Order: sequence, then C-alpha cells, then structure tokens
Amino acid sequence: MKIMVAIKRVIDYAVKIRVKPDKSGVVTQNVKMSMNPFCEIALEEALRMRESGLASEVVAVTMGPSQCLDTLRTGLAMGADRGIHVDSTSALHPLHVAKILMNLVQIEKPSLIILGKQAIDDDCNQTGQMVAGLLNWPQGTFASKVVLDKEKEEVTVDREVDDGIETVQLKLPAVITTDLRLNQPRYATLPNIMKAKSKPIKKFTPQELNVEIKSDLEIVEVTEPPKRKAGVMVSSVDELIDKLKNEAKVI
Amino acid sequence: LVYCCRQQEDYLNVEDEHLLELTAATSLAGNGNSSVSVLLAGSGPSLHQAASHAASSHPSVSQVLIVDSEKFKSPLAEPWAKLVHLVQQQGGYSHIIAASNSFGKNIMPRAAALLDVSPITDVTGISDAQTFVRPIYAGNALCTVRYTGSNPCILTIRSTSFPVPQKSNDSKAEASISQVNLSNFDEDLNKSRYIYQTSQDDEGPDLGNARVVITGGRALKNAENFKLIENLAKKLGGAVGATRAAVDAGFVPNDLQVTILLPFRYMSFGGFGFLWECNMMRDSKVIVAVNNDADAPIFQVADYGLVGDLFEVIPELLEKLPEKK
Repeated sequence: MKIMVAIKRVIDYAVKIRVKPDKSGVVTQNVKMSMNPFCEIALEEALRMRESGLASEVVAVTMGPSQCLDTLRTGLAMGADRGIHVDSTSALHPLHVAKILMNLVQIEKPSLIILGKQAIDDDCNQTGQMVAGLLNWPQGTFASKVVLDKEKEEVTVDREVDDGIETVQLKLPAVITTDLRLNQPRYATLPNIMKAKSKPIKKFTPQELNVEIKSDLEIVEVTEPPKRKAGVMVSSVDELIDKLKNEAKVI
Repeated sequence: LVYCCRQQEDYLNVEDEHLLELTAATSLAGNGNSSVSVLLAGSGPSLHQAASHAASSHPSVSQVLIVDSEKFKSPLAEPWAKLVHLVQQQGGYSHIIAASNSFGKNIMPRAAALLDVSPITDVTGISDAQTFVRPIYAGNALCTVRYTGSNPCILTIRSTSFPVPQKSNDSKAEASISQVNLSNFDEDLNKSRYIYQTSQDDEGPDLGNARVVITGGRALKNAENFKLIENLAKKLGGAVGATRAAVDAGFVPNDLQVTILLPFRYMSFGGFGFLWECNMMRDSKVIVAVNNDADAPIFQVADYGLVGDLFEVIPELLEKLPEKK
C-alpha cells in the first residue's frame, strides 16, 4: 500500500511576520522558511504506518518554485521514500493544488493521501477536502487519531470537532488531514539528511499534469490587524472587581 | 440569491444572533442580491420544527429548503457536499454561505471542488458582494480578497464583526418551506460511516455562545486545579476555556480549547499569552488577565491585568464577586 503526503514550504512558525509597506503581501525575503507544521504531522503519521508494516511506500509531494526542493529534502530526510516536485512559479491556490494532486493520484495510485489540515500561511484549510471531493474519495479531516485496518481496507479516524471528538470510518482509498495532537513529528538525523540526498525526486509541471493555473481569486491587499492597546494593571482583587463593576460595567 | 446551510440541530439549539452566516447572507442580500434561502437537512419531526424556526428568523429569508433523509442525520462530508452541489445546480445561487465551524469547514471546500470554484474560508468582513476580508498567518495579517470566478461564491463565515440580525416582528415575513428534489442524488453511501461523537456534558454555555469565557492556562498545573476555573465560570455564568498548552498537558479535553476569535469578555488565569492566545482574543470586548509573571505578554493586550498567584486570586474572586443575577 502506498501513501502520498503533500507538504508545503511556509514561513517558519516561530517567525513574527511583517506586512509589506505596499500592502501586497508579507515580507518573505531573508525570512526563515520551513515545512508547514501540520504537514510534518501528516508525514510523521505516514512514516509510522510504513514502519508498522501497514504501508509499503511513502511518497512526498510538494509544489512551487525550486526553493521548495529544500522542504522536499527535509521530508525525505525524515523518512519519505521518494519525492515529487511540481514546479510552478505562479501562485497556487488550494483548488490548483487539489487538481494537481488528483492528477498525480492517477499516476501514483496511492491508497491514502495524508495532508496537514491547513497551512500556517494562508490558513485556508481547504486542500484535503477539495482533493477528496475531486477524487470522490471519503475524507477524515482534523484527525487526532488514525487506525488503519489493512485487511478490511478501512481507516478509522477520530476527528477534532468543535464540541468533542467525532469518529468516522472510511473505505480506502481515502483522504486524511491532520490536526495538531495526532502525533509528535520526528527530527531528521544527520545520517538521514545525507541519505536523503540520493533519494529520487520526480519533477512535473502543472501543464504536464493537465492543470491550467487560472485564478478565480485576486488579492486586493494585505494589512496589519488593528492593534489592541494595553490596559491598566490593578494591584488587588478588590480593585479589579471595582474596575469591572464601575469602569467596564461588566459585572 | 444566496443560500446558507446548516444541520437541523443547530437551528434548534442556538440563538438567532449566533447564526452568523445568516447575518452575512442578509448583508449580501442588501447588496443587490435579492433573497436568501436556507438549506436544512436531517430527519425526523425536529427538522420541521427547525424549518419553521428558520422561516421566521429573518425577513430576508424567502425560502427554506429542507431535505428529510436518514443520509443527513450525521454531518458526514460526502453526502453533504453532494447535496450542496445538487442544490446549487437546481437553484443557481450567487453565494453559498456556511458558518466557519467544524461542520462548515469540513463540507464547503469539498462542495467547492465539486463545483470547480475556489472557496473563501474564515471570512471576517464583507466589503462588497465579491470582496471579503479574512485573517491569514494566524490573525497576524488581514487579507482582502476579491472573488473573480463564476457563481457560486462559496464562503465560510467567522467573526463577531457582523451585526446581530434584527428580529422581525412582522409575522407576514414567513418564508416558504419546500422539499429538495433528491431524484438526481447519487451519493455512494458506502465509502464513509459515522461512528459516534464524544463530547463533554456540562451545564454552562459552550465556548462559541458564551458571554464570558474564563480560561485556564498551563499554570493551573493539573486537572484537579481546573475546578477553580469551573467554579468561577459557574459564578459568572460563563464558559470554561483552556489554552492549547493546558489541553496538550491533558488538564481538559480538546473541546475546551479556545480556537475562535472570542467576541465577548475573556478572563485568563495563568495563560501566558503566547501569540496564538493573543490572537484568539483580539476581538474580545474586555480582557482580564491574571499571571504571576509581570512580563507575560498577555498583559500587553489585557484591559485589566493583575500580577498575582492565581491560587490566591481565584478563591478571593469567588468570595468577593457578586452573585450573578
């Protein structure tokens, strides 16, 4: 059984982002880039399935300009068997990414696709659901626990929903998107980083996969959110209650 | 023509003011889109009860579409996305709107893919019928995006920045209720099964609807100490929330994690105020923070800060706060 994992290169989660003065986006020059944390969790889950004998191969896919190869190498160093890079310099929206993945599925024929539930840059939370829809595969989004039954060709997914945990059972092939508490991703070790250099990476363009990059969204502007001003410090519980009662008038 | 979709239980359990997608829909309707339809699916008598509630919920609502079928008893994405697709083909709507909760976020992108359009998720502001504001980078930037594709424009709505819809006193404004024709519905139902849902049963209001949220952070040290937060919440008639750190540490289940932009009053105890927590409460009206570290970043966003030991402060508050009327 083959698992396909989609990974995205984003601004590192620890970086405090800055909005460009011309409001066209956020500053990405000279900013540390990393693999999207939700994608790391997705890859980790796939690797654990392979290590427990449930899967035979893990293929990592990334899309974007050539710098994305760094992220793909990180995925290979974590343990993915091979990589696919879809080379594109134009902005890819989730619908494009889902269509590219759909076409890669026709080539690779995986039984499971695992993705992060969202990327921490655009926070869209769309791609997994969209590729599942395009393929007419069942979906288990926001997964906090995944149990794969190879015999029955089924996967049971615990999903983090607003008011608790929901459990669904999906027939393979299926799409899973990962939430934060699913697992703790591993770090790539130095020997594995060296080994990753010789792992194969296939390259495609969106055109080769018959996906036309035509956008139906236009970014008008990116701005900073309004700042909240700091309030006052109080020195005692009595003062706090007094302020809440007489100043804020909330109790 | 705009339509929004919901599960039937939702329509019975929440106050009108929390039907954000309806508010958003009516504001779009005011922008030249003629009317609003509401799609409700589920089964049993409560569906019809929900439908009549929806029909009278707002004067802009001209039609309630109902689907009475066992297929939609559970919130599975596969049949729901197909249904949204089918209703769109039958009605040719300009916008499809759902709340940005775990139901809407699961279903709408899938439906959008079936309709070959880009959805816009987590919208917090509507500039015009095609232009929307949404937070990116966990709320550290706001992105204004224009939809230039063909109909429908699919949105999920988050935020409290939408005004509360005016309750209609005009009893004539009742919308028509009609059944969706499912003869073309061809969902293969065997691919996914809904097993069950666990959730915490507590008496207080839930996080999404509460006027006051009392949040505990990692500093509470263990699940036992979280009782303090619960007691305070009870006293103030508020909901209990938790920071991600507290959930990760296993003090409380995940459904208490504060993940939405809180509209109302927010009291944090021992929440350090990491970036994420600060973003969550950016839109809160009044923020109170208690932490024993005077340098905790949470004090930079709080309206009232108190440096102190929460194990002393909370009991004192419990004692001195007036009983809720």
